[in-house]
Amino acid sequence: MPKVRVDGIEVEVPAGATVLQACEAAGVEVPRFCYHERLSIAGNCRMCLVEMEKAPKPVASCAMPAADGQVILTTTPKVKKAREGVMEFLLINHPLDCPICDQGGECDLQDQSIAYGKGFTRYDENKRAVTEKFMGPLVKTVMTRCIHCTRCVRFAEEVAGVEEIGAIGRGENMQITSYLEKAVTSEVSGNIIDLCPVGALTSKPYAFQARPWELKKTDGIDVMDAVGSNIVIGSRGPAVLRITPRINDDVNEEWLSDKGRFACDGLSERRLDKPWVRVDGRLQPASWGDAFAAIKAGLAGVPGAAIAGLVGDLAAVEDMVAFQDLLGSLGATRIECRQDGADIDVAARGNYLFNSGLAGIETADVVLLIGTDPRREAPLLNVRLRKRAKRGQSKVFGIGPAVDLTYPVHWAGDDAALLADLPAEIAEALAAAERPAIILGMGALKTPGVLAAAAALAGQFRVVRDGWNGWNLLHNAAARVAGLDLGLVSEGGVAGMLGDEGLKALFVLGADEIDLTPRRDVFTVYIGTHGDHGVRTADVILPGAAYAEKPGTWVNLEGRVQRALRAVFPPGEAREDWTIFRALSQVLGQRLPYDDISELRARIGRQWPHLVAVDTVAAAETPLAIAAGPAPADPIALPIGNYYLTNPIARASETMAECVAQIGAGAGLLEAAE
Amino acid sequence: MNAILRSAKSLLLLEFVRGMALTFSYMFRPKATLNYPYEKGPLSPRFRGEHALRRYPNGEERCIACKLCEAVCPAQAITIEAEPRDDGSRRTTRYDIDMTKCIYCGLCQEACPVDAIVETPNFEFSTETREELIYDKNKLLANGEKWERAIAANLAADAPWR
Repeated sequence: MPKVRVDGIEVEVPAGATVLQACEAAGVEVPRFCYHERLSIAGNCRMCLVEMEKAPKPVASCAMPAADGQVILTTTPKVKKAREGVMEFLLINHPLDCPICDQGGECDLQDQSIAYGKGFTRYDENKRAVTEKFMGPLVKTVMTRCIHCTRCVRFAEEVAGVEEIGAIGRGENMQITSYLEKAVTSEVSGNIIDLCPVGALTSKPYAFQARPWELKKTDGIDVMDAVGSNIVIGSRGPAVLRITPRINDDVNEEWLSDKGRFACDGLSERRLDKPWVRVDGRLQPASWGDAFAAIKAGLAGVPGAAIAGLVGDLAAVEDMVAFQDLLGSLGATRIECRQDGADIDVAARGNYLFNSGLAGIETADVVLLIGTDPRREAPLLNVRLRKRAKRGQSKVFGIGPAVDLTYPVHWAGDDAALLADLPAEIAEALAAAERPAIILGMGALKTPGVLAAAAALAGQFRVVRDGWNGWNLLHNAAARVAGLDLGLVSEGGVAGMLGDEGLKALFVLGADEIDLTPRRDVFTVYIGTHGDHGVRTADVILPGAAYAEKPGTWVNLEGRVQRALRAVFPPGEAREDWTIFRALSQVLGQRLPYDDISELRARIGRQWPHLVAVDTVAAAETPLAIAAGPAPADPIALPIGNYYLTNPIARASETMAECVAQIGAGAGLLEAAE
Repeated sequence: MNAILRSAKSLLLLEFVRGMALTFSYMFRPKATLNYPYEKGPLSPRFRGEHALRRYPNGEERCIACKLCEAVCPAQAITIEAEPRDDGSRRTTRYDIDMTKCIYCGLCQEACPVDAIVETPNFEFSTETREELIYDKNKLLANGEKWERAIAANLAADAPWR
């Protein structure tokens, strides 16, 4: 633990820390461009120069290890002059195009040139110009602005795991490029936009849309996957213009998946903005009153047992509880949230959570993936798995279709029978592991018997032990864990529900990943946001609010309860889902006993106290309790067909469609062929 | 003696004569009033009147949608929306100024990095309805075309002090 003196302030920093970190610990701000906490140290921008006693020259603090007894000075004239010199060199080739640069207003170079810039130039020679590079449909490049900090290169290599961005040439001729001028095939490529300290890499869909000072910033939760990434929703007027990550070390660190970042333009496309009622086989626009009357007429004479509910992937806890209460008041008890048909045991909470936790999985030493593709199902989880595997601290094995996860994975095959008869290599590794983890994907759970076989493995290799729980279900749906917590499961799953001949009425809360056309005979009420698959068979459509348009609670795959605020209002006549159920309950005769969201949350808290404990993970019961079953035999399939098209918002997004055209399908097929 | 002088002054109406002399002298001086609108007074090159958006000599519009004028406007009279034009350059799709909100402070033209938004010497743009005073991009560009010579002359005249 070296003790360092920074500007007269004594600080003690952990061994291996750098001088820059010591300065930060002392509360001294050091300007930097290339240094980033979550990337390796490059030390090539030279902006973080500080004076060190007994050193003849200023030292780059980001690359200098802190040592005992160092005396660091950051405010001396020498330091200021050195930094001004560096800034002048950086600005030699940086164009003066801040007015047309999208980074303007949130640019590190702009900010720091206020403090260290000259205000005029002494450089009369020609400035350098660099040709634009193509990096795909998400990242716009203006490479003349690049200051060669190499953050993007280090991110692509170290975090994203795609070695597709690099620097070619040297000195003045150095250029950052995607080597083959092809789209970057990463699910987290959008983060290089945030990392770029200047405007060389900016967001293509957001190009020239707004300035940072115009945006209203609202804290939200991403619902594109079950990770529950913390996001900041930037909106202007009625439109969500961009989404950026919010730092939360326990969940998303400081990254965000591309779908979470760029699918927000789907919030304004193909929206349901007024109620619709099917009259004589055709959907007609209707008023709320007419729609409610149509529901009342449709439910007339239908017994509660013939009514069922289906909950989609994006619903908030509040919506699901009000939905459950409404159907309960009608006498219906069958509500199902597993629209993909996954076989999940809900007897104990620990059975269906990602028990290791997102941060905890980084301590696992042997990971067995069963029927899952974390790279596409939860890109930020994959980033964490990769971080560990690349350092050689963990071994990753897989059972299921082989996919490229950006780190070495030993794929044993996609036959579910392998679970009962584990290859010796995997069995030995699991037996020797101190912190073994099993990650079970939704694809595997669709294959009968896999859950029981995986649970047997967990028991055999003591995956759940003192101080460690390695039993992990990798959910894909943001609403799934909350739905399971609320007990929204029915006997026989979704297939049993839809196969029931006695089913007369179906309430669908945003479930779009399922084909309801075989049950056109059932009176269907669809509550959702987009004109997607779910509305095809609907008799009454009620327009709901998407995730950015309502205050809501979501539970991520590790069971973390997180709350989001409303960024914009729902379009047209659309309303927050729980208010729809509250209004409908009055028409149907059994008024739900809450009038505002705080009363609803109080009602949730009375029955499920852990669902109102925001930002906490309620500890799950440790022993795994899943009954044994027959050995599985079928091949395991992956749950996600196309990463960019997994929910109605993403399917409505033009940016995601562009991704499919340029990176999604083509790249996916190539990998599958290899 | 003083009393006699005072009486003589008042008897001879000397103050009246002086006053009338001053009055009549104005008949031979240049007139301060103008026969507006047929005559107009001089304006400073810095006069801040109706707004205009300028173009480059080749016809390309100057405005690059940096939104600095929108940000600096103390009356929040300017509304801008932008998107990439077909050739990829940054342009406005909407540039509105609410002239009824505008306080003619001139900060927009100070903020403009490309001298696109300027205040012309024109102060005669009264309208019969408020709606006509909400200017859109076409109106502002038309103003620019109409007033370009005066604007350029004013900018040139003021250039030595900038």
